[in-house]
Amino acid sequence: MNHIYPLIPGLPLLAFLINITLGKKFIRDKAHLVSIPLLTASWALAMWTVFEVMHGRTYDGDLYTWVVSGSFKVSVGFLIDQLTAAMLVVVTTVGLLVHLYSAGYMHGDKGFYRFYAYLGLFVFSMLMLIMSNNFLQLYFGWEAVGLCSYFLIGFWYEKKSASDAGKKAFIVNRFGDFGFGLGIMLIFLTFGSLHYGTVFGAAGGIAGRTIDILGRPVGLPTVIALLLFAGAMGKSAQFPLHVWLPDAMEGPTPVSALIHAATMVTAGVFMVSRCSPIFNLSPTAMGFVAVIGAFTALFAATIALTQNDIKRVIAYSTISQLGYMVLACGVGAYGAGVFHLFTHGFFKALLFLCAGSVMHAMSGELDIWKMGGLKKYMPVTYWTFLLASISISGIPPFAGFFSKDEILGMAFASGPLGKFLWAVGAFTALLTAFYSFRVVFVAFHGKFRGTHEQEHHLHESPKSMTIPLMVLAVGAVAGGWIGIPSSLSGLFGLGHIDLVGPFLGAVVGEPHFHQALSTEYLLMGTSVLLGFLGVLLAAYMYIWNPELPGVIARVFRPAYLLSWNKYYVDEFYDRTVIRPTLWVARNVIVGVTDGKWIEGVVNGVPAAIGRFGRVLRKIQSGVVQDYADMMALGVFAFVAAILIIFIK
Amino acid sequence: MIPNALPYPVLSTLIFLPVAGAILLALVSRKQEGLIKALALVFTVADFAVSLPIFFNFDKTTAKMQFVELYNWIPAFHTQYFVGVDGISALFVLLSTLVTILCVLISWKSIRNKTKEFYMSILFLEGAMIGVFCSLDFLLFYLFWEAMLIPMYLLIGVWGGPNRLYAAIKFFLYTLVGSVLMLVGIVYLYNYAGTFNILALEKLNYPVAMQMWLFWAFFAAFAVKVPMFPVHTWLPDAHTEAPTAGSVILAAVLIKMGAYGFLRFSLPMFPQASRAMALPIMVLSVIAIIYGGIVCLAQTDLKRLIAYSSVSHMGFVTLGIFALNVQGLEGGILQMLNHGVVTGALFLCIGIIYDRTHTRQIADYGGVATVLPIYAAFFMLFTLAAIGLPGTNGFIGEFLIILGGFMASKLAGVFAATGIIIGAGYMLWLYQRVFFTGVNPKVSLLSDISGRELMAIAPMAILVFWIGLYPNALLSFMHPSVANLLTRMQPGAPGGLSAFTHFLKAVFA
Repeated sequence: MNHIYPLIPGLPLLAFLINITLGKKFIRDKAHLVSIPLLTASWALAMWTVFEVMHGRTYDGDLYTWVVSGSFKVSVGFLIDQLTAAMLVVVTTVGLLVHLYSAGYMHGDKGFYRFYAYLGLFVFSMLMLIMSNNFLQLYFGWEAVGLCSYFLIGFWYEKKSASDAGKKAFIVNRFGDFGFGLGIMLIFLTFGSLHYGTVFGAAGGIAGRTIDILGRPVGLPTVIALLLFAGAMGKSAQFPLHVWLPDAMEGPTPVSALIHAATMVTAGVFMVSRCSPIFNLSPTAMGFVAVIGAFTALFAATIALTQNDIKRVIAYSTISQLGYMVLACGVGAYGAGVFHLFTHGFFKALLFLCAGSVMHAMSGELDIWKMGGLKKYMPVTYWTFLLASISISGIPPFAGFFSKDEILGMAFASGPLGKFLWAVGAFTALLTAFYSFRVVFVAFHGKFRGTHEQEHHLHESPKSMTIPLMVLAVGAVAGGWIGIPSSLSGLFGLGHIDLVGPFLGAVVGEPHFHQALSTEYLLMGTSVLLGFLGVLLAAYMYIWNPELPGVIARVFRPAYLLSWNKYYVDEFYDRTVIRPTLWVARNVIVGVTDGKWIEGVVNGVPAAIGRFGRVLRKIQSGVVQDYADMMALGVFAFVAAILIIFIK
Repeated sequence: MIPNALPYPVLSTLIFLPVAGAILLALVSRKQEGLIKALALVFTVADFAVSLPIFFNFDKTTAKMQFVELYNWIPAFHTQYFVGVDGISALFVLLSTLVTILCVLISWKSIRNKTKEFYMSILFLEGAMIGVFCSLDFLLFYLFWEAMLIPMYLLIGVWGGPNRLYAAIKFFLYTLVGSVLMLVGIVYLYNYAGTFNILALEKLNYPVAMQMWLFWAFFAAFAVKVPMFPVHTWLPDAHTEAPTAGSVILAAVLIKMGAYGFLRFSLPMFPQASRAMALPIMVLSVIAIIYGGIVCLAQTDLKRLIAYSSVSHMGFVTLGIFALNVQGLEGGILQMLNHGVVTGALFLCIGIIYDRTHTRQIADYGGVATVLPIYAAFFMLFTLAAIGLPGTNGFIGEFLIILGGFMASKLAGVFAATGIIIGAGYMLWLYQRVFFTGVNPKVSLLSDISGRELMAIAPMAILVFWIGLYPNALLSFMHPSVANLLTRMQPGAPGGLSAFTHFLKAVFA
């Protein structure tokens, strides 16, 4: 079977290679006919692999030796276990559906073949990331998905805003990867290997060890965990490195669904879960992770409340939901985090693809206030969008309810800090339901507010687009049923039917929090109640009292402006990082240091500079037309040098 | 050492075949431009073909010199014609022969003035470069070292841009001043040991104070050549004004000579001095990485930007070398090759577009990806390799260097790693300004790359992936030589800051 695994990432890579080399001349608008069969095969192999893992047949083996230098030795290899399997389902399924959907959505784009090439490269990279058995290959996949994201965000590169956004995504992520890379090096220095098996097997041995940082001893596991987490903060768009994700919406919408909702952005959560043996050693790092997660969840949700761009609302919602997953990791409930990653992959990809369907119908319109009443024109899009919104709002028995409830329950049970974080998470759940249904009500209900031209062209999207929506809707509704907690299944006399906890527990462990059944019901009830409350509030403000939002925005103007302007984080970075760096580069370094000081000092004593300068000016002035003089000087210098040797 | 086992004197052929080509060109009438170019191409391709057996017949299990040829030269000075390669130099010989072919290809249409002399210079330069990497006799080495200067000086001064003479003289004076100091060192060594034999000189143990002064004498020559901060200011001028072929050879091979000098001479001959000076040099290297990168952010000229990025990348190389551990040294050597491939390729690419537009100003471009998509794809590939994306060659080199630097000094590793952020910043910004956004009218009618141009950059693209995905093909050359070098460096002796302070005390007290 070890010769099957390379095919799973290999087939999408083949799709990339075929499309990028032959696409422009030969394949052109048939690129999907190359990619979709290969992706389907990859998906089938992945499903077979998941089946193998469910029967306990895991795998860890090397393909070939990649780098050897002294004791540093790293291979390219695959680790197939329960965590990999869970990711395989999300990546290949959503990947395939987005490939199908794009055939319709991207039809007629002059970069059609290029789009499919990048998609293939992305799926390959993401699979290399999740199937890796060592940190260096993880880093390879990590950077490669970032590259694909850069390509796809800037897909319409003629638009300055698109190429700006791609560049921003890459560079912001590099800030996180700076820490991530150092973390990997520290792991090598600590364990003498980058192979997961070796590192995690020996992880227990570094508990209590310290490392000197600027003369102060700091716990080694804490340092490693925080450095790794820096990478996760970039990739999973956690505060304060979240700024790239909303801008990433410049990319085509299928890309937002695949990369910026379901798969790539969850790589940080995956990586933290994968490294749970290291994170578990450091309560400090775990606390930091949990707080960042909870804060990001709330922070992004409060921004989503006021945005009018349908994709940006969903983007901030993604940041917020990623915050939940990170929070889960921070309280040690990695399984719950990955479970939410799984359900979120379906309902969030669905939200994005629905948004794409709307844009498709409205020739690229993004402003929800120019939509309205779309329910009537686009029934499939409406119903699937509604199902996804119910799911994200945490209303049972939809998928999002089970995973979000699992996270909140675990957070509450994890300790005093956890109870506070639970409160933050629960309040965020209210906001989530509110902003999600705000979009539902504004865009799909009421009267159409767009131009007459747009209204004339309103239509449901073609089958190639609506079928993926319907498939994802099944996931958004039922995806959570594999993880029904025993407290609920017991209630209906179903016994213990939770598959997720024990399955993932084999890799990431299961936290042993003891919680009274009554507390569990109370928490569950509270979060469901808050979800309903959010929906009702949205209905109250956007259906029954449409003038109310404006009033609120006026009354709470400073708060509204903060949210509307995303707390001015971008402006802050612009003033404190980007502009000062460029100013120093232009005015201090190039102008003074390099230009005057170094040139001056290195060129010799000041008097000599004057003479040297005059000679040079003469030469530049064109008086010396012929190079013969200069050549003579060169030969003279050479002869002089030879003479010096013999005179000694 | 292992005598040359090939049926022909491979290293001598490599050195003198291009020189013979240059002489043959001198006999051809200057009107026969087609013949001149064809001959230049034939000789460079032949030289490359001659160099290939080195790759396939190299014994990777030993640190000894291979393919050695040894003849008496001037007995009165105890000097010999002594050439050979080991795991450190062999790959640079191959890089030189490959790069020269690409330079001939890229100059095919752009050099119309004094064509004959141009290709003579290129061929002469090739012989001298290979001579530098192969010489195992100091006098021979110095001869080749200085011989490189003349054709390079001519390439910049005759076929360069508007400011070419300024740049050529600056290049010449900087390098010459450094070389003269090295010459003093060589002469001093000869007086001390009575031989120019580099292998014999490497085996002696010199008094520590003598090591110190000699180290600095050689350092002057090598640091200018690398170029290290703060003696880097000749490089942007030289690169900017040089014709494409000149920039490519300069970036790919010539500036590697400095780092090669550290590896071949400074480290094995003056091990204690090198250990003591390792920390200050690592600091200079880190400054070069960050400083060079920040300077790139302010550049408006394509070639100048890539030139400053070389300063940053060569900072990585010297950091790796003076980390004085396996990963640092092997990463450093690999990064020298990588930089040769990637920056060489970037200069080739800039030459391709410059031939069409005759402008180097970034502001004159925009939307090139729309007009020249194939060209844009190759440029993107080299950009990614330059910023060390995993899967490309740049990643392996940078990762090993930062790892080695981190092992030698955590702070050096951390600061060097900031280079990957700055690098992404200036390279992607450059790419955006040139290739993305709306099409600048100045580029709207250009044609995509020709078959000849494709042949000039495709080998580099293959190397980017080959080294990136299977670096062991090259790293395996280095293992024994690097291990041998480290044994010579006596890892037991004190290094780093303590050795440095100890040293200052010894010198000044």
